[in-house]
Order: sequence, then structure tokens, then C-alpha cells
Amino acid sequence: MVFDLVPLWTILLALAVFYYVVFDGFDLGVGMLYGLVRGDAARATVMNSIAPVWDGNETWLVFGGIGLLAAFPLAFAIIIPAVYFPILMMLLALVFRGVAFEFRFKHPGLRRIWDGAFCGGSLVATFAQGVVLGTFIQGFKIDGREFAGTSFDWVAPFPLATGLALMFGYALLGACWLVLKTEGELQEWARRAAAICLLAVLVAIAAVSIWTPLAHPDIARRWFSWPNIALLSPVPVITALIALGEWEALRRRHELTPFLGAVALFLMSFIGIAISLWPLIVPYRYTLWQAASSASTQAFLLIGTLFLLPIILMYTAWSYWVFRGKVRGTPGYH
Amino acid sequence: MMLDPVLLSRLQWGWVIAWHILLPAFTVGLASYIAVLEALYLITGQEIWFRISGFWTRIFAVSFGMGVVSGIIMPFQFGTNWSRFTDATADVISPLMAYEGLMAFFLESSFLGVLLFGRRLVPSWAHFFAAVMVAFGTLLSAFWILATNSWMQTPQGYKIVDGRFLPVDWIAIIFNPSFPYRLLHNVTAFYITTAFVVMGVGAWLLRRGRASEDARMMMRMALDLLIVLVPLQIFLGDQHGLNTLEYQPAKLAAIEGRYDTAQPAPLTLFGIPDDAAATMRGAIEIPDLGSLILTHSWNGAIKGLKEWPADQRPPVGPPFFAFRVMVGIGVIMLLAVVVGQVLQLRGRLWDAVWFLRLCQIVAPLGFIAVIAGWITTEVGRQPWTVYGVLRTADSVSPSLTGANVAWSLAFYIVVYLIIFPTGIGFMASLVRRGPQPPDLETPLDQIESGRPHEPFDSAARAAPQL
Repeated sequence: MVFDLVPLWTILLALAVFYYVVFDGFDLGVGMLYGLVRGDAARATVMNSIAPVWDGNETWLVFGGIGLLAAFPLAFAIIIPAVYFPILMMLLALVFRGVAFEFRFKHPGLRRIWDGAFCGGSLVATFAQGVVLGTFIQGFKIDGREFAGTSFDWVAPFPLATGLALMFGYALLGACWLVLKTEGELQEWARRAAAICLLAVLVAIAAVSIWTPLAHPDIARRWFSWPNIALLSPVPVITALIALGEWEALRRRHELTPFLGAVALFLMSFIGIAISLWPLIVPYRYTLWQAASSASTQAFLLIGTLFLLPIILMYTAWSYWVFRGKVRGTPGYH
Repeated sequence: MMLDPVLLSRLQWGWVIAWHILLPAFTVGLASYIAVLEALYLITGQEIWFRISGFWTRIFAVSFGMGVVSGIIMPFQFGTNWSRFTDATADVISPLMAYEGLMAFFLESSFLGVLLFGRRLVPSWAHFFAAVMVAFGTLLSAFWILATNSWMQTPQGYKIVDGRFLPVDWIAIIFNPSFPYRLLHNVTAFYITTAFVVMGVGAWLLRRGRASEDARMMMRMALDLLIVLVPLQIFLGDQHGLNTLEYQPAKLAAIEGRYDTAQPAPLTLFGIPDDAAATMRGAIEIPDLGSLILTHSWNGAIKGLKEWPADQRPPVGPPFFAFRVMVGIGVIMLLAVVVGQVLQLRGRLWDAVWFLRLCQIVAPLGFIAVIAGWITTEVGRQPWTVYGVLRTADSVSPSLTGANVAWSLAFYIVVYLIIFPTGIGFMASLVRRGPQPPDLETPLDQIESGRPHEPFDSAARAAPQL
């Protein structure tokens, strides 16, 4: 008798992806906002706010990617080739952004170029991830166990729109992170940026919520048939309440609440997408169970994961604890 | 000319992994070296170990960072370019790769931070422990990746259901026939590569009269390690070759440049292989020596490539030449190390400027040997991704056109040619700075090692304020 590990791996993978989206999301967002911040002192503070944690955040991308490969290899084999160029753009952008962190301090003469690489890398990586998400929801042309479309199927209105939407989403997370980590003028600026991004994100959530049921009758049935419409109505209601709370929190100059609100908005969107697509992992063809690797494969990997993951999480929590509190610019600037 | 997505995907894979492999080739050895230095510092309390360890730790931080960044690219290649391979083999090899990721991840998120920043923040035994764990982590990474690679070379412990490989016996999968040899051969190669770099850097510092005491210690340690490891590696390489003869005879035939079966077989020193005509042009051969080396008897038979149908033969050129490069470097290394030991025994090591210069010249040879060895074994595996079962041509993503891959390959080439030289230049500047005495002046919250000063300083400064 073998246990069905698919639900457990689904939860693990969902948590890993959500963790990645929130944590690398805020530091990619900070990276994009960096390009809009004026003044060396303010820029240094912005950079400092993510310097100790960004690389730890990024490694969750590897965990998510390899987790998908190991637990649901069919999904990996169909989805990744379909987003060949977005993945390429994302990887190269992350490379540039990662090394820019280190190199900009070593080559002051080229700092402007590495600053551009940092900001541009963050922007391209975010857009590419949004495109991947949009392509995923849009669905894939499949023949048997293979992706049968072209490498440019992602060049369509919906994925490009989600790419743009995710830029505002990550920027919202980033701005709220800056509200939490900075003070004074920079914090005020971050608040205004967060408010603008919040409005854009709400427009995006509304647009996706209308667009997907229109494009996919199955999703429309999932949400609007009786009794689902009653059972699922809390999802949009709670999302709207969180949005209102987020707006109020920004207006009343709360420091931590806006970040938590932004995370909650991401969580609700995440849940919404999960409800729309459940139990599919390769829309609109293969379910989680059909795409899963063998029970033996999932069990073999689970042993080590359950042992190592808690230690990694504890250590991560500790490193955030060490770097808690406000970031202050380097001496000489203030 | 039509662009072939299979060939271009192979080139792309080769390009991104060739750069990536240089970093573990260096960091695996360096991590162990740092752990040894930390142990010596913990035991003796002498400042010299502190200086040398700090010097190499700063360089380690940069190369490890580059390894992580270029490593993130690797698992996605399986999906973007090799999706058929992924669909067929993921049940068997993906957990091995995932374990590698988890180990590297675990190491990155925990002990590396203590090693880099914790010198004065944690007790010295904890710092030493972190160094040991980092070294252990790099070895575990090598373990899992080489288990994966070895399974592709000598697959076992699986069954095939509907064209997909399914796991039957995990112990058999991990400890497949070529794995122990490949692991030992690779890790030894990584240690040797690092030791030659350490020796070359020591020689450079000595010639400039910088940190002479530290530089001499680096050179002495490297020489003493190498006089053991280089002969050991030649033995391990021979054993690995015998293993290849048993499990991948076609690869061995390509390495030997042997198209026709021969008994006894000569050793082909050089020649120009012609795959189309299945003949070696202008071959320079030594009679019987091939049999002696490969079968350890004077008249053992060596199968030639003509024993296999043409569509099951690897190309001869790359493995044939790359193998000769690797062995040639091995010979040069052995000579350099023996000469160095003789000089040391006569007490003339530090006066022999010509030898110090030689050390600098041979310092990067380990990297070339690693790449050459890797070309030998990977091109020699062709035309298979899973040896004898799954063809490379049947492994590539079906949706890719040649133009798609040409574009992505061009992007990878451009980006890597910017990133890697910059990173190597950065490490060179750390070498130029040389070993530094312990810094007891800097306030505790500004401690850093090889990291950008500004973010880390001020981020760390934020901590005590709450």
C-alpha cells in the first residue's frame, strides 16, 4: 500500500511558489522602484533594505523549479518549453541583477551601468514571470505528452497584460517593504508609490477576474454555477475588504500593516487562480495526479525535504530577525 | 543552411555548463582547504592561519556567488531545451537533482553566512564548524550531481513503462557502475585544480615580495597535497578508464581513436580522425601499448567503433583530442609537482624564480583539464542522453526551432562573456589585495568578508538599534 503523496506535494509546491512570489516579489519590486528613487543617500538605503536577504529569496525559485520537475515532471516538460523566451529573459535578468549587487561597489566608475542592470534586471525578470503566469492561465496547445505550440504562443494580449500587472504587484510589495524599512522623506515617497501601485493592482485583479471566465467557460461555470457562487462569494468579498484596509493603512501611516495587506492581496489572488484551475496543473489538459511522478519518486524526495525544509525556514526566519528594524543610510550622507 | 535545434541545444547546454563547472571545480576544493585552515587556526591560534583563511574565504564568497547565479540557469535547461528527456527520465533523476539543490540551498542559507560574516560574532569553534559544513555541503552537491550524470552514462535500477523510466531500486540508481569512479575522479580533479591555483597565487605573492610567510605556507601546503593527489589521480583515471571499457566500450573506442577492433591493440598517440571514412589519418602508434594500458595484458582485445552501427557511434574528434589534452595536462602537473618537491627537499624552493613563474603558468591548467575531461565523457556518451536507451535526438523539446535556440544561445553567450570576465577580474583584485591581518578596529556590526561594504554595513548596523 502506497500513500497518495500528490496532495502533500501540491501543498509543498504551492507554499514554495507563494513564498517565492512574496519574498523575491518584494525585492524585485524594490529593484524596480530603485530606478525611480533620486539621490545617492536614498538609493543606498533602498539597496540596503534588501541586500542581506535577496539571494536567500531567490534560491526559492530553484526550489520551486526543481520541485515542479521532481513532483510533477509532465507539467515541467510541457510548461517550460512553452515559455522558452520568458524563462530565458527571466534567468538572464536575474543573473544581471544578482551580480549588479556585488559589482556596483567594486567598480564605482561603472556604477551607473550596474545600477541600470539592477533596476532593468528586476523589471525584466518581473515582467517575464507575469508572462509565465498569464501563459499558464491561458493554457497550452498539447499533443500527447508534449507541448505542441510555438515558442511565441506567449505573445498574446492576456500574458502580456499579466506581465504588466505583476510589475505593479511586485512594486506594491516593494513599496510596502520600503514603508516598513525606511523613514522620513523616503518613507513618504514609498507610501505614495504604494498607493499608486495598489490602485493599479486592483484594476489588474478586476481585469483578470472578468477576463478569465469570459475566455474559459469552465472557469465561468466553476465560479458562477449554483451553489459555488454562494460558497465562493467570500473570495471577492474578502479581497475587496483587504483592499479597503490596505488603502486605510497607507492613509493612516501604518508601517507594517501595508506590507501584510499586500501579501494578503497576493494570497487571495493565488487562491482565486487555484480555485479556477483546480485540479489542473497543465491547463486545460492534465491534472495534478496525471502529471505526478511515481509514488516512489515523490516518497524518496519527501524524506530529505521534510528534514531540510524546516531547518532552512528556521534559519531564514532568524536572518530576517537579525536584520529587523529600519535601514539607515551610510554615515556621511545624513 | 538549416539551423538544427538539437545541435544548437547541445551547444547551449555545453556553453552554460562549461562556465558553471569551473566554479565547483574551484569551490569544492577551496571549501575543504578553508576548513583545514580554520582547523589549524582553532588548534594553534596562530595568526597566519587566520590571514590565509580570510584571504581565500573572500575569494570563495565571490566564486560561490557566481556558482549560485549560473547554477540557477541549469535546472531550467532541462525544461526549456530537453523536455522530452525530462518527461522520460524525471521520475528517476529529478530527485537526485533536487537533493543537490536542497543541499546547496541549505548550505547557502545557513552556514555560509556564518563563515563569511560570523568571525567575531560566534565562538571560534562554531566558525570552524560552519567551515566544515560548507565544505561538506559542496561535496554533497558534487555527490548528487555526479550520481545524476553517472546514471545517464551507466543507467540501472529502472524499468521502462510507456517510454518512461520509472525507479525500481534507488540504491542501484545512485550507486550505478560508473558513479564511484566518476565521483572520486572528479573530486580529486577539483582538489588538484584548487591546489594549483593556491600554489600559483602563492608564487605570485612571493615574486612580488608580498605576504611572504603566508605565500610560502600556501605553496608548501599545496605541494604536499599535490604530491599525493596527482599520482592518485593518474591511478583513479586508469581505473575510470577500465570501468568505461566495461560499460561504455564505444566511448572508449572513440577516446582511443580506434575504428577497427585489434588484438593486441596499439596505443594511438595522435592522428586525425575521419568519422565518415571510419579511419584514423596519419596515426602515430605504439604497438601493444593500448592493450597493456586498457586491459592490463599484452594482447587484450580492444573493440573498434566498426563493431557498432554507424548511428550508434560517438564522434571521435572531441573525445579523442580532449582526452589527450587532459592526459597531457596530467603529465605536466606531475612533472611540476615532482620538480617542486625536489626543490623543496634541497631547500631551494624559494630561490628558484623560474619555478615560481612556472607555478603561475600552470595555475589555471586544472580548469582546462576539468573541461577536457568533461568533453571526453559527455561527447563520448553520444549519440545517447541515457546511454544505450534514449537518444539525444529524441530528447530535445519538440516545439523548438533552430532559430529559437540560435537566439537563446546568442543571449547566453553575450551575457556570460560580460558576467564571467567581470567576476574573474573581481577575484583577481582580491588576490592583488593579498592576505590581510586580523582587523580588530572595525566595530563588530560592520564585519564583512568579501561582500559589498555599504549594504551589509548599514543593514547590520540596524540590528542593535532595536
